[in-house]
Amino acid sequence: MRFGLTRRYYVYGREKVVQVLLLLCALVSVFTTLGIIIVLLLQTIDFFKEVSLWDFLTDTQWTPLFADKHFGILPLLSGTLLTSTIALAVSVPLGLMIAIYLSEYAAKPVRKAVKPFLEVLAGIPTIVYGYFALVTVTPLLQKLIPSLSGFNALSPGIVMGIMILPLVTSLSEDALRVVPNGLREGGYALGASRLQVSLSIVFPSAFSGIIASVILAFSRAIGETMIVAIAAGQLPNLTANPLNPVSTMTAYIVGVSQGDTPYGTLSYNTIFAVAITLFLFTFLLNIISFRIRKRFLAIGGD
Amino acid sequence: MTVYEIHAFKQRTKNVLFQVFALMGLLFAVIVLVLLLINVIKDGAGRISSEFLTSYPSRNPKNAGIIAGLAGTLYMVIITALISIPIGIGAAIYLEEYGKKNRIGKLIEINIANLAGVPSIVYGLLGLGLFVRFFSLERSLIAGALTMSLLIMPTIVIATREAIKAVPGGIREASYAVGATKWQTIWHHLIPISFPSILTGIILAISRAIGETAPLITIGALTYVTFLPSNLKSPFTILPIQIYNWVSRPQAGFHEDAAAGIIVLLVFTLLLNSIAIILRNRFSR
Repeated sequence: MRFGLTRRYYVYGREKVVQVLLLLCALVSVFTTLGIIIVLLLQTIDFFKEVSLWDFLTDTQWTPLFADKHFGILPLLSGTLLTSTIALAVSVPLGLMIAIYLSEYAAKPVRKAVKPFLEVLAGIPTIVYGYFALVTVTPLLQKLIPSLSGFNALSPGIVMGIMILPLVTSLSEDALRVVPNGLREGGYALGASRLQVSLSIVFPSAFSGIIASVILAFSRAIGETMIVAIAAGQLPNLTANPLNPVSTMTAYIVGVSQGDTPYGTLSYNTIFAVAITLFLFTFLLNIISFRIRKRFLAIGGD
Repeated sequence: MTVYEIHAFKQRTKNVLFQVFALMGLLFAVIVLVLLLINVIKDGAGRISSEFLTSYPSRNPKNAGIIAGLAGTLYMVIITALISIPIGIGAAIYLEEYGKKNRIGKLIEINIANLAGVPSIVYGLLGLGLFVRFFSLERSLIAGALTMSLLIMPTIVIATREAIKAVPGGIREASYAVGATKWQTIWHHLIPISFPSILTGIILAISRAIGETAPLITIGALTYVTFLPSNLKSPFTILPIQIYNWVSRPQAGFHEDAAAGIIVLLVFTLLLNSIAIILRNRFSR
């Protein structure tokens, strides 16, 4: 009797200890987020003590490492948006087409063969894609477009599109697949063809889920680093012309981290100001995507 | 042909055309992958040799090798795994089995979903500010591994949660029915049953850690290292950074080195990825 009681206390105590330990593990994630925000904010505050927010947002030049210093984020922002837009222009049409094919047409064996292939594509390190953009794709494109400079926004944009293709495909396919079968059957009952059912019934029903996947892909493209750091040229350039060299927010951070700019100087603090801009951008996009997806999946059932 | 037949014919044609287009899209992706592999192998295969694998970097592209990056990657991945796997699995168990309805659980859950979408370079700056500067770990192996651990933790948590969620509820109930406590149920049943899926997620996360470059550049992993890391506080380099360094140089000789390094890197990551895919296919039924 006594023994049983002690044992019960022992087991109860162990349960509590384990639960607290597991909670601590889970809290690591909260501390990570807090850490990111605190680290970025502290240095960014130092940065904005010397540079006005207005200059940061409106100056059209970004030359923090030159004698004539300008701190306008616009060139980096335009470079980022340019490469990401090209990436989306490649991955969205291609990804959606493949997703519709996989979810509405493909036989099970085909799907089983294609999915691992896409996963291989997603598993290739970005440094490899960067090398590919610089050494293979750019020379290839230069044969088509002679005015293309050795570093440009086009080639890394296209390669980045290939990189995020698996993301677009798999998330969109998930969205297409949760469309209830009754809708498809209703379409067939009215005499619609498979393509009509896919494009006029399934696709619109899954639209918000697809939008969520596109937003997430956009966020991924904005945050992608090595491909643009290698192949885009690291030249902050306020341009919408994809044939020119550009720099992105991420490529700039890599550039400065590699150089010999001393820690704590104004020039160095720029990377924290850039990083917080990047963080806010992707955070916002991720939240929007998360919200849409959650609501959509709740409606779609399954 | 009647109007109906013409209509049916048109629909059939469109249908076939769409499939052709979709397959061409897939084919495009396949061609890109093949092109990538062919080019890397063509450029780099000639440089692969035991000397390349065992030499330190050099100013002469013909003598350069990857031993420093290889060793650095290996050490970093092992330490990263030791840190991130227990914490990641622990967090996942908490979220899935304990923290379901309360506020903290929900907060942590949203937080992890968000962390999974934070660009890797931002983790690099976190590592720089927190580990390199605040904890004065300098540009060391341990600072790099801690940074990488935070980076891959969300992946591990999300994969582990999926794995645990997939365990049938009857198993939990059966365990409780014979008087097991919550932790006994988790330890003796849920973890062993979901282990293959958990492992799949972990392998994918590790594979990602091997290929990540940007965060370690940011915390200041070196590019020119002519020694092997001797302890946790040693400076280090990793294979992708070595490759990046070679790609950034104008001489063609270094591009060959980069391609050869990429072949080695791809062997590791693709191997891990295929193990993960095979594991999942075998156990997902």
